[in-house]
Amino acid sequence: MTAVLALTALAGVFGLLLGYAAVRFRVESDPIVDKVDAVLPQSQCGQCGYAGCRPYAEAIVSGEAEINRCPPGGEAVILALADLLGRDPLPMDGEVGEPKPKMVAVIDEHNCIGCTLCLQACPVDAILGAAKHMHTVIESECTGCELCIAPCPVDCITMAPVKQDLTNWKWPYPVVVEQAR
Amino acid sequence: MTRELHSFRGGLHLPGRKELSTAAPVRPLPLPKRLALPLQQHIGAPAQPIVEVGERVLKGQMVARPEGFVSVPVHAPASGTIVAITEVPVPHPSGLNGLCIVMEPDGQETWIERQPVADYRQLDPSALRNVIREAGIVGLGGAGFPSFIKLNPGARRPVETLILNGAECEPYITCDDMLMRERADEVIAGACIMRHAVQARECVIGVEDNKPEAFAALQEALRRAQCPEAGDIELVQVPTRYPTGGEKQLIHVLTGKEVPTQGLPIDVGVVCHNVATAAAVHRAVEQGEPLIARIVTVTGHGVVTPCNFEVPLGTPIAHLLEHAGGTSGDLKRLVVGGPMMGMTLQAQDAPVIKTVNCILAATEEDMPERGPVRACIRCGACAESCPARLLPQQLYWYARAKDFDKAQDYNLFDCIECGCCAYVCPANLPLVQFFRYAKTEIWAQERERKASDRARERHEQRQARLEAEKAERAARAQQKKAAVDSAGGEDTKKAAIKAAMERAKAKRDSSDSSGSGELSEEQRQKLAEARARLEAKRAGGAKELTEEQKQKIAEAKARAAAKKVQPDGAVEAAPDLSDDQRERLAAARARLEAKRAGAPKALTEEQKEKIAEAKARKAAKAAEPEVAPEAPPELSDTQRERLAAARARLEAKRGAGPKEPTEEQKRKIAEAKARTSSKAKTKLTDDQG
Repeated sequence: MTAVLALTALAGVFGLLLGYAAVRFRVESDPIVDKVDAVLPQSQCGQCGYAGCRPYAEAIVSGEAEINRCPPGGEAVILALADLLGRDPLPMDGEVGEPKPKMVAVIDEHNCIGCTLCLQACPVDAILGAAKHMHTVIESECTGCELCIAPCPVDCITMAPVKQDLTNWKWPYPVVVEQAR
Repeated sequence: MTRELHSFRGGLHLPGRKELSTAAPVRPLPLPKRLALPLQQHIGAPAQPIVEVGERVLKGQMVARPEGFVSVPVHAPASGTIVAITEVPVPHPSGLNGLCIVMEPDGQETWIERQPVADYRQLDPSALRNVIREAGIVGLGGAGFPSFIKLNPGARRPVETLILNGAECEPYITCDDMLMRERADEVIAGACIMRHAVQARECVIGVEDNKPEAFAALQEALRRAQCPEAGDIELVQVPTRYPTGGEKQLIHVLTGKEVPTQGLPIDVGVVCHNVATAAAVHRAVEQGEPLIARIVTVTGHGVVTPCNFEVPLGTPIAHLLEHAGGTSGDLKRLVVGGPMMGMTLQAQDAPVIKTVNCILAATEEDMPERGPVRACIRCGACAESCPARLLPQQLYWYARAKDFDKAQDYNLFDCIECGCCAYVCPANLPLVQFFRYAKTEIWAQERERKASDRARERHEQRQARLEAEKAERAARAQQKKAAVDSAGGEDTKKAAIKAAMERAKAKRDSSDSSGSGELSEEQRQKLAEARARLEAKRAGGAKELTEEQKQKIAEAKARAAAKKVQPDGAVEAAPDLSDDQRERLAAARARLEAKRAGAPKALTEEQKEKIAEAKARKAAKAAEPEVAPEAPPELSDTQRERLAAARARLEAKRGAGPKEPTEEQKRKIAEAKARTSSKAKTKLTDDQG
């Protein structure tokens, strides 16, 4: 009898404790979505068919989307997502586009008419300018999403490869030609 | 000599080949015609130029100041004139150009006023460090880390041992050897200053036993030394073995302590500096001379007379080779550094920088071609030779498979790239190249991760801003509605609607409306202007306008344009213009006015076309002002049609020539213009009221 009472009391106490903890230390957002979002490259380009990286992360977690729809992330992101979610790695979904080297948008300042359309299209506020004033791209913040290209009425935005300098230079992959003995 | 020496694992006994370049004393090098001073000669942020092209500088004058904490200044190695600040080749494995201050020495060697420290013992260690920083001193052993940071042990733990590294273990290189032979006093004096700066309990100088002359010179200098710190400086001969000169290896040999993974020597109470750095510190503190020259070994069988030069920084490497008698025919490649850790030089006109200790003109004999690469057989020779106790073959597999996480798990970043593993590899695998590749890839990934974090933050901030703006607009609409509701019952509402409709109607046919009672003073003025414009046009084209009228029209147009832009721009930018913005807007308007009034005829064909296009777009936008600002990229079919129509109209106009439109056309144009302006006004007043 004592044992039953003791266990009941314990169960009650722990139940209350857990209930309190669930309220007090409540986690607002889904941590898995955060983890998936952290793996995505944050270009916010929408090539996956969702309105940004986070919506895509949510779609992946809910099982709505596959993990192979992120061209800017390329194979590395597919592998990382497969690893994180315990799914099988897939080849890149051909319909969303091919991975390509990182580019940045460049505004031809001679042709810019200051219409602010690209400002509104840029998902990361990386274009600086005002109406009737020349616009320019903040190169360090540009994610290369290409969303500013379509709205430009004078087609003065082009994509240029990121300039290589001493700070971002990488050793190339060594060329090894193995010979059989 | 009572110190117990320890032995690190791995390493190699390599043929030293040092006798090649130690026959002659250090030779001063004549000034070249041009010096190129890279702003990045050290680890950390590049320095910022503080001189201008054409400026005359004196020897020892600072030409670039440090930017950020991990950075040091750059000084002019000679008096002369700055001729350019531009990108030129620098000694870097990439062969890319780097930003340099290029100067032409005048040969007069006029020094800037030097301010030596009278007695460094009176100086606070932090002030002393500052003197060393201002002199631009970095580690001269090859890595180029700013010395003042290494001389700042912090409060974490007291410095037990200050080690001066005179091991110089890599074959061929003899610049430290020659320095110790010829300037042992400077090394000892520098050691005393450094010891004072870090308040080290003991000070040890380690010299490999293949440099007996240097060792003897240091002994002699120690005996002569005056400073009290020199009294118990220990001079230790360490066994010759590559890479004893590695910082962690030398610390282990001299103290038996092991620097932890990803840790610093200070974590075990040790500070380690190169002997050449010590000499530079002495010159900076006691003679007031910044780091503007260093000793460089020019060696290898590819040069005629291998020797050591005292080289002003910025001297083209080709100049060194020339003064070493030139290169011989069987030169295979030029290497900056030694045969084990050096990098192939891509451009001979790259300058000597603070970290260049040796130019090796290598022939086949110096650096024999590796045999054909075969598959790894996991023999383990690399692991036995690794002085960092890593598993190079394991790292090789992971780096090769681009599995960088795994490579890091196997402590890739403890690799000092000494090249022992590749040297002993029977399969001739380019192991070090794989490790360098993996390291730079991991750094790049790290940079990308940081960039994507920033992008995420910016995107979220933007979303929040857009939401807030939307909410604000909704709240305003709500407020307006509430105001109408609360002002009275249905009747008032109906009356308000009726009034608004009337207003709109009045505006729509403002061309001949004789004014309605509700118009404000400003609106009336505008109407009058519009009417004047119309009349003038109808009366007989723009030619008969008076100067004043023309000006007024231009003004009105500028105003209208500015107003039309406002709703568009205001969606994105702040709707409440600051004074500053208003001022700028006014200035822009004035400019516009001036342009229009000024020289419309001088426009080129291209410009005209652009303007016409922009006008057509504007007309299209004005035609659908409610839709255009929010979602212009996805034009609806009607919009496209209208745009096309507007363009066609414009083209027709252009084709027909603006001077002889038919009466009907003139009327139509005037009507269209009136419609446009009235619509813009309607929208404006709607927004306002």
